Amino acid sequence: MSGLALLLVGAALVNNVVLSQFYGLCPFLGVSKQTKTAFSMGAAVVFVITISSAVVAAIYKLVLVPLNLTFLKTIVFILVIAGLVQFVEMFLKKFSKPIYNALGVYLPLITTNCAVLGVALTNVQKEYTILEGIVNGFGTAIGFLIAIVILAGIRERMDNKAIAKPLQGMPIVLFASALMAIAFSGFAGII
Amino acid sequence: MNKYLERLYNGIIKENPTFILILGMCPTLAVTTSVSNAFGMGVSTMAVLILSNLIISLLRKVIPDKVRIPAYIVVIASLVTVVELLMQAYARSLSASLGLYIPLIVVNCIILGRAEAYAAKNPPLLAVADGLGMGLGFTIALSLIGLFRELIGNGTVLGFQVMPESYVPVAIFTRAPGAFIVLGALIAVLNALKIKNNSAKKVEGCNGDCCHCSSACETPDKKKEVE
Repeated sequence: MSGLALLLVGAALVNNVVLSQFYGLCPFLGVSKQTKTAFSMGAAVVFVITISSAVVAAIYKLVLVPLNLTFLKTIVFILVIAGLVQFVEMFLKKFSKPIYNALGVYLPLITTNCAVLGVALTNVQKEYTILEGIVNGFGTAIGFLIAIVILAGIRERMDNKAIAKPLQGMPIVLFASALMAIAFSGFAGII
Repeated sequence: MNKYLERLYNGIIKENPTFILILGMCPTLAVTTSVSNAFGMGVSTMAVLILSNLIISLLRKVIPDKVRIPAYIVVIASLVTVVELLMQAYARSLSASLGLYIPLIVVNCIILGRAEAYAAKNPPLLAVADGLGMGLGFTIALSLIGLFRELIGNGTVLGFQVMPESYVPVAIFTRAPGAFIVLGALIAVLNALKIKNNSAKKVEGCNGDCCHCSSACETPDKKKEVE
């Protein structure tokens, strides 16, 4: 049990998916203008990664390994993830309108979020069990949520400030992320 | 200009995927700790990009419109698997240092983006030229970031000591924060150059007499209204 808790904290804070592993930067930089939308995006990512870790791990262990087809993992994983995202979207649309209204727009974008595929491949590479894989996926996604909400908060604060012209737009966001990455590297000591 | 050269120019300068379009950020920041890693990543992405553009362009009349995105993903994922297996066989050290980022080329938005925006609508040779241009633009950008990070963070370029022995390497540049700082600084420099060029051009047009030029004084206000 404590092993799982360590895995969770490690995935969420110490090896933060965005700030130290560099997965999922496109939505991190693209959808972080407002805390509200950033939170919805982060929540959608938590939802999808947790489900996809479970499904992908099951397919890998029950189908690919017995059939000796592990070299096909990249192709199979990305197709499973793309299909799963569509399925989740349809499912939410039908059975849970409020969640769909909050996350709907962000779900299709998640297919190309490399954090999802990254987690699936890491779980395989580190030979996690299915449960460990789900915990690792959930922790990673929580890390993404934390990072994107903090960055959105910083960007809201910077909105009306006088920023030198060449730094406006992407550069200042990258510098803010750099400072966040330095802050997060402070977590390295806790495990 | 020859339309093939125009594609190359477009990819390398005008629509540079890293500095102008800001696509494919994950590998850009993750594997640029040294020039050789950055170059290896750039070349493998370029190989996948050229081949995927070629195949998708050849198949553009066969693939039904409704399932085009899954079809593109299958093509790209197969090519990436080929590259991954080839690298494990012939470039073990590079494949070890790039790690998971090789299979993650599948979700690099540059490749799917070019397939959708260009290869699906243009003949094969032009699509190859487009892939080559974009791939070169990506490789050059990555190598440039890698150059600065390796030089400042390690004092070396391609493994050779360049800085004097008394130089103390700033290790943070080879870690995560350095990646953000170097990319941010490079984009800021490019922005500054662009602003300078634009203002130089304006001076040519109206002799620098901005206050007596009605269009110049109105435009900022108009822009604000639009915003």
